Formats: sequence, structure tokens, C-alpha cells
Amino acid sequence: MTTTTADEPMFQAWDVHKSFGHVEVLKGIDMSVERGEVVCLLGPSGSGKSTFLRCINHLEKFDRGEMWVGGQRVGYRPHGDKLKELNEREVAQRRSGIGMVFQGFNLFGHRTALENVMEGPVVVRREKRAVAEQRARDLLGRVGLADRVDNYPSQLSGGQQQRVAIARALAMQPDLMLFDEPTSALDPELVGDVLAVMRQLAEDGMTMIVVTHELGFAREVADRVYFMDGGVVVESGPPSEVLERPREARTQAFLSKVLA
Amino acid sequence: MTATPVTDSPARPAFARDARVVVPTRHPGRWAMAAVILVLVAGAITQVIGNERFQWDVVGDYLFAEPILQGVARTLMLTVAAMTIGVVLGVVVAVLRLSPNPILSSAAWAYSWFFRGTPLLVQLLFWYFLGALYPTIGAGSFSWSANDLISPLTAALLGLGLNEAAYMSEIVRGGILSVPPGQAEAASAVGMRRSQVMRRVVLPQAMRVIIPPTGNETIGMLKHTALVLVIGYSELMTSASLIYSRTYQTIPLLIVAALWYLAISAVLSVGQFFIERHFGRGFSHHRVSRRGSRATRKGEAVA
Repeated sequence: MTTTTADEPMFQAWDVHKSFGHVEVLKGIDMSVERGEVVCLLGPSGSGKSTFLRCINHLEKFDRGEMWVGGQRVGYRPHGDKLKELNEREVAQRRSGIGMVFQGFNLFGHRTALENVMEGPVVVRREKRAVAEQRARDLLGRVGLADRVDNYPSQLSGGQQQRVAIARALAMQPDLMLFDEPTSALDPELVGDVLAVMRQLAEDGMTMIVVTHELGFAREVADRVYFMDGGVVVESGPPSEVLERPREARTQAFLSKVLA
Repeated sequence: MTATPVTDSPARPAFARDARVVVPTRHPGRWAMAAVILVLVAGAITQVIGNERFQWDVVGDYLFAEPILQGVARTLMLTVAAMTIGVVLGVVVAVLRLSPNPILSSAAWAYSWFFRGTPLLVQLLFWYFLGALYPTIGAGSFSWSANDLISPLTAALLGLGLNEAAYMSEIVRGGILSVPPGQAEAASAVGMRRSQVMRRVVLPQAMRVIIPPTGNETIGMLKHTALVLVIGYSELMTSASLIYSRTYQTIPLLIVAALWYLAISAVLSVGQFFIERHFGRGFSHHRVSRRGSRATRKGEAVA
């Protein structure tokens, strides 16, 4: 589905701006993520990292700049010297190749775990139910929930729900996975299971952009981290540099607060 | 009792040895109240049955009479058809009302303002006398005489259905708004289009909130169909009134009609129970299942 060549970045953003009314929440973000790379976005709440993530699959619109996923523009097409929003069908089509995992899981409450994972392939890709079901069972097995396929979300713990949500995103065979604070709504003892699934995914070579407060995960799994504050990227680089020897005062202040 | 001691609980105090059994609280007041109510109800029933002026024999004669049964069938048909129009159109109006397009949402608002704001009786009469305003309907060679088009039945369906749609649209809108926005976001993120998000994810979950008031509306509609008496469509109420205007047995025939309305609403309530159970999937046993999942979490920790 994508037209990238192996050496082209999976995701690129230049000078992305966004305002909510008079408040500018993104003030020119540049970012580049290679195929197979795991990038973590860190920063205090209100720094714009979740908004930026939601722009990537056009759940949020932006006002200026460019975003490319797999060699395709996200959300807009050039129109003279301006950008014009894509129509609904095109937006939906691009989203189908980008997986997203939310802080609040957002599993479909009226469907079982299995049906949640099958929904996208059956409805959007028009796959045969039997084919979709087989893959859904495999994916639920991979996230450790083979015995939970027939449970409704209300019958699952938060950690189990989030793992179903990851399987649901993977069922669309995405080129890029977005995680929006995937463990922030979980009880501490359930965080580990979700992070383990994400770590496995990273090892399998999935391209991932992760907004998180889990510095341990970022240090261990991320290839690069971006530290954002006040709508700009303050500092970026390998976690060994940004997290261990931050150059910027704002990064140092944030890390000392989080680690304290 | 030789119970094994629990390791991390404090030593049992001596007085706990002959622990007493808890006895449920008794409610003597409830029994007294029940007895009073039972006596009152029994009294009322014997009163009603014993009163000859109710003419129960006439009620018995007409309960299954041909014109009454025909009226029942038509009342049922009218209820089902008008509710179908009301629900389908109501969903459309509700979705338009929530549209980001200000023209569409204002038009939807105006629709429910108008049809909720005028008496149903007036609307029925307007539809029935449409021919007086527009003798022909249509354009060019596709036009019909309004008198051919507007029969008592079509006027009844238009009047009841369009009025119902205004009420249903508000019920559906409330249902849609009750579904957390994250559901629609997750569905769009998978790549569903807006119509798919609505059909596959939002509406099925909104149904849980939509069904109970829709049950109210259906039972309300059952009785509102009696209003079509004024435009001469012969449903249950019209059939009964035609008979009592001839025989002057007004009370017994009103009882016949009332018994049928009661019986039908009982059947509808049973139907509502099953529909609610269907759309409650994944939500109905919330408490029980939570407990279940906590138990398995413990199990997982052990394994």
C-alpha cells in the first residue's frame, strides 16, 4: 500500500503548526522516523506531544506544515501553493495503514475481544470473516489473551483491554503504530504486561511513535527520544544522550522532577 | 472447629470463640402494609365485578367480535408502521442535527421544533385536508390528485409518523451523545468512514440508551392511534365508537377497547425486555464480570 523505498523515512514532519483558537499548541515541529525505528515523545502535559501524535493520522487537523507517512501526505494534498484537506474516503484510507492505541483503550464495548480485532479487517478491508477471525485469534494469542477471545471489554482488566487494543491496531497490518500514553490509565501492576507486548513489537521491527511517561521504557526500547515543551521540540537524540546527559535546562528540569 | 490459622491476621481474641449468627432484620410493617393493600384490591375487584352497570356480559359479547378484531389488527398495523417511519426518520433527523454543517443541523432543529410544537390532532387534520390546499401534488406529467393520494390511512401514517420522528430524533440524539467520543475516534483510527462509524460502532451502543424511551413512545403511539378517529380511519377506537353510537352501550365498549390496549402494551413490554437484553451485550453484567476479571488477574499472577 505504501510507496516508500527502503531508505526513505517512514514518517516525516516539517514545520507543523497548530492552534486551538488563539492558543498555539504546536509551533513548528520537525520530525523524522526511519522504517523500523522506535521513537518516544516525552515532555510535560500540555507540551503538545499528544496533539502532534493525533495529527499524524488526522484525528486532529493542523494549520501549517507537512506530514508524510510512507511517502504519502497525511490529511492534505497540495493545491497551488496551499494545502487542501483530503476527502473523507481518502483520509479513512490513509488511516487504515496507521495503527493507533489510545490512553483510554477505547475498545468497542458491544463487541467481544475477538470481534474488536476483526472489526477493522471485515468492515474496512472487506476481508472474509474466516480469514479475519484466524488472524484475530493469532494476534490475541501474541498479546497473551488466547483464552480471553470471547470476553467483552467490561470483563477484562485495563491491561488486558489495552493488549486487545494493540491487537486491534495490528489487525490492519499497519506500517506505523502510534501509541498515545498507552499505560497512563493502568494500575501500576498491569503496566508491565502492556510494555512487554510493545517491546516485543519493537523487536519484531515495527515502526513506532510512542507518547509516554515511562522513562524506563524509553531508555530501554527507543532508538531516539524527542523531548517537547511548549509546542516545540526542545531536544532530541538517542535516549542515552537525552535522558542521561540532557543539554537543555528544560529537559534537565523535567527529568529531575520525574525521577525525583 | 480446627481451622488452620491465617498467617497475617492477628491472634483471635478470646470472646470470638462463641461468635453469634447474624439474623436478618424483620419487617413487620411491610406485612401489615401488604395485608391492607390486599384487602383494598380485593374490595375494588369485587366492587367492579359485582356492579351490574359495567355490563360485563356485553363486554364478553364484543371482546372478540369481528369489527373489534379488525380494529385491533388495524391499530397494530398503524402502530408498527407509524413507529417504523418515526424511528427511521428520527435517526436521520438526529444524525443531521449532530452534523457539523450548520444548515443541516438548523433544518433538523426546525423539524423537531415544528412537529413537536403543534398538536398531533391538528397535524392529522392538516394532512387529511391537504387536498384543500394543494388539489394536485407533483409536477408536470407526474402529478396526482391529492384526494386520490391522501386516504385516511396515508393521512394517519403521515400525521403519526412525522410527529413521532420529531420525538424519536431527540431520543436518538441523546443516545448518540451518550456514547463516549473515544469510540468514534477508535473506529475512525481503524479507517472506518463516518457512515461506518455511525452504523457499526456508535448506533449499536446508543441503542442501550435509546430503547427504554422508545418503548415508552411505542406504547404511547399505540394509544395515540386512537386520535385517527377524527379523520375516519377505522382502527380499534373507531370500531368501538361505531358500535356504541349505534347501541348506546358506551361503557362496555370502552372497556373492550381498554382491555385490548392493555393486552397489546403487555406484549410490547415483553418485546422491549428482549430487545434491551440484546443491545445490553457487553454491558449488562458489568458488576459480575468485573469481579470475574479480578479473580483471573490473581490467577494470572500465580501462573
